[in-house]
Amino acid sequence: MSIAEQEDAKSVLKQTASMVDPSTTQDFEGQRQYLTFLMQDEEYGVDILNVQEIRGWGNVSPIPNAPAYVSGVINLRGAIVPVIDLRILFQLADASYDENTVVIVLKVSTERVNRIMGVVVDAVSDVFTLSSADKQSPPNVNQSVSHEFIEGLTEVKGKMVILLDSERLLHLENDA
Amino acid sequence: MSIDLSQFHAVFFEESFEGLELMEAALLDLDVDNPDSEQINAIFRAAHSIKGGSGTFGFVQVAEFTHILETLLDKVRDGEEAIDADGIELFLQSVDCLRGLLEALQSKQDPDMQRANQLAGVFQAVLDGASYSDSANIVKANSITSELMAPQVTEPNSNAVPNDAVSDEEDYGVSRQQVGFKIYFKPHVDMLKGGNDPVRMLRELATLGEINTTVDSSELPPLEGLVPDNCYLSWTIELLTTCKIDDVEEVFEWVEDECQLSITPILQDASTVAYSQSPDQQNSPEIKPKATVGQRLVMPSGPLPGLDDLLLPNPIEPSSTEVVADQVKTPVKAKPTKVESSSIRVGIDKVDSLINLVGELVITQSMLGQMGSARDSITEEHIGNLREGLVQLEQNTRELQDSVMRIRMLPISFTFNRLPRMVRDISIQLGKKVQLEVSGENTELDKTVMEKISDPMVHLIRNALDHGIEMPAQRIAAGKPEMGTIVLKAFHQGGSIVIEMKDDGGGIDTERLLAKARKNGLVGETDQLTQEQKLELLFTPGLTTVEQVSDLSGRGVGMDVVRRNIQELNGSVEVSSEMGVGSAFRIRLPLTLAILDGQLVTVAEQTYIFPLVSISESLQIDGAKVNNLAGGSDVYSLREEYIPILRLDRLFGLREEVGVLDGSLLVVVESEGQKIGVVVDELLAQQQVVIKSLEENYTRVVGVSGATILGDGTVAMIVDPIGLSSLAGNDIVAAKKLTDAVA
Repeated sequence: MSIAEQEDAKSVLKQTASMVDPSTTQDFEGQRQYLTFLMQDEEYGVDILNVQEIRGWGNVSPIPNAPAYVSGVINLRGAIVPVIDLRILFQLADASYDENTVVIVLKVSTERVNRIMGVVVDAVSDVFTLSSADKQSPPNVNQSVSHEFIEGLTEVKGKMVILLDSERLLHLENDA
Repeated sequence: MSIDLSQFHAVFFEESFEGLELMEAALLDLDVDNPDSEQINAIFRAAHSIKGGSGTFGFVQVAEFTHILETLLDKVRDGEEAIDADGIELFLQSVDCLRGLLEALQSKQDPDMQRANQLAGVFQAVLDGASYSDSANIVKANSITSELMAPQVTEPNSNAVPNDAVSDEEDYGVSRQQVGFKIYFKPHVDMLKGGNDPVRMLRELATLGEINTTVDSSELPPLEGLVPDNCYLSWTIELLTTCKIDDVEEVFEWVEDECQLSITPILQDASTVAYSQSPDQQNSPEIKPKATVGQRLVMPSGPLPGLDDLLLPNPIEPSSTEVVADQVKTPVKAKPTKVESSSIRVGIDKVDSLINLVGELVITQSMLGQMGSARDSITEEHIGNLREGLVQLEQNTRELQDSVMRIRMLPISFTFNRLPRMVRDISIQLGKKVQLEVSGENTELDKTVMEKISDPMVHLIRNALDHGIEMPAQRIAAGKPEMGTIVLKAFHQGGSIVIEMKDDGGGIDTERLLAKARKNGLVGETDQLTQEQKLELLFTPGLTTVEQVSDLSGRGVGMDVVRRNIQELNGSVEVSSEMGVGSAFRIRLPLTLAILDGQLVTVAEQTYIFPLVSISESLQIDGAKVNNLAGGSDVYSLREEYIPILRLDRLFGLREEVGVLDGSLLVVVESEGQKIGVVVDELLAQQQVVIKSLEENYTRVVGVSGATILGDGTVAMIVDPIGLSSLAGNDIVAAKKLTDAVA
């Protein structure tokens, strides 16, 4: 995916975000929109309402004594936002940085806290709409680290997409 | 047209709290023997505004309470009522009470009216001719609950209540007046069939005095199920009258066994309530007959279901008013959670200067913009102008920053103002005579710093009152004036603000401190300490010289917390003391929390920032002065002191290989009185940095107090020396031992 395509994806995101009113989308006939991204040729998805923006990789300052999957912090218009490398967290073999490497900035608001965090992925892929009926719960076989962050599985255009739970991702540093 | 008044609530609360502060200050200043009419006027005006405001916004409870307060104040103002020390105590109580009510309302909770009712009763009694001193007992009993005090009831005080109660029993007739009855009247469903009409009874009651009726129609069935001959209603009637209970009973004489009825006298004086905890109350000769009358009426004629539903005093408890019953039910009322104020008042001059600056900024911007959009090619002249413009822009930005920071600055009197009251209350409680001298209360301080410094200050003052200032007799014996003095001073010094607290008490017994520290094993048996080091022991956790633990102090938690709180603000606290003469605490704080003077350094290509205040010196390491300890840690010999060498790259896990120490740079920082040397690759510029929270989206990181954004947009961590030393733990202990051994 080229930079231009990335820009496209961003504008698509912005459009969809402005078109839909968050309060009604959530449960509009049980449909939700997901942003998908690639990590080691596997496609993952997160709820688009949790995505604040997408940035190129760079200018990350390390945090002392942080776990390996915490890349560091970035300056997001004056706010200090931690960035975690999902590929390291999920123990994927290859975690290299190239021009496609992007940081997806996720934002989760609960009653008590608003938390912003960036996740490093290989590339952004697509946006699709999914009704809850199409979502399968993940097979309960694998006990790996990544397993607890998986919300479900689905199939888009014949390809499997792993849906991640943003809230659990963003609270992971509490367990670390 | 209706206006949503709730939008003004915040302002009302703010103004009311300000008014209360004003009242409090004026009350404390008021000379009872020769009251200044201007001060009484000020108190009156404050009360009046609160009453007016609360009435407007529908806070009836506050309005009613303030009304009676105001009535009394009005009389005092007109010279119809005198005021004495007890009266002032009473007014102060009411200030506390009002504050409690307002705080409850502010946090949208139901205010606890119990105390307000008590006080209102007392005021009414005073208006009716009783003296303030009759009510002094409530005051004493209640002063314990004053918010500045520790929550526990101390021994001497709980003893004091019954004693006072006994001595004041004869005054009952004067201060406690029965002003009416509270009547609960619930006719049986079929009462109407007997030809008795409740309305007639209510009318008859109305002839006895002023009545206030509340009807309970909750049992009224829907229309289709309604039997017109049945009576579904019940009433709660407050009757204000001077007549006897018999007269009231007479009204209900004919229906006595056709209804549930209870008549309880309303007593105007709340002092009965205060006494209710005391066993002596049962012996009170006057109260008993009334109580039994109440009880007799409580018992309905014939066995009735739903007796428990009646809101009546418990028959076993010889209580005489419903207020007491409430108290039995809820002995401890949870203190409402405090709402933090989220707005600040800014002087118009500050806003004006901001507007001016923004105006200038806009002009500079348009000037630069014009240059940028100039069509012809850029000439030498353009570049000159551009430079000039940039200089101007920089200046504007700096001034704007200063002004914005000044908005957050508040005079320290916000913290100081609550202290005179506390000093007064505690000194009375302890039986000491203390005056508080405050100066420099207009010194401005960042709002956040102020909020966080308040508790340590209160703690220090409390300590001075409890341990510092001696009892009057002791003071006279020592040849000092009977009245102890605590001096509180705030002033600017360099880039920081200094708060000084001095008392002329007994001073800190450093020998006892030392003995205690030896006993606890904090100091070795043979170690010799300087006077400063001994005083330092004061801040050690778990150390107290006080033999007896009181609710005020002496638990050995405190001074270490005070120091930690101050250090969290990047400040420091020093103590000096002389036996028999007094002690002084000096708190040094940065002007603001948001900006820090920092020293930029690089380690392993990363930029870090040391707070400039913590750096004592920077030097180039002389390899000959580096010693390696057995544990593998290095120490540096600096002027007869061994300081541990910490490697930031290793502590922060930045790189594998460890460089040669000789010739590299060492930044010597002070953390908790201990010097540590931190090896860095390069020293960069010193600059002011804006502190950003790392915790907001991540967690707390040991060794890092926050982060900031540098000129190039990258994030840099701000090093926290205290955290560093805890990261390095062992190295520090080793170096300290070495230094001690050499010394």
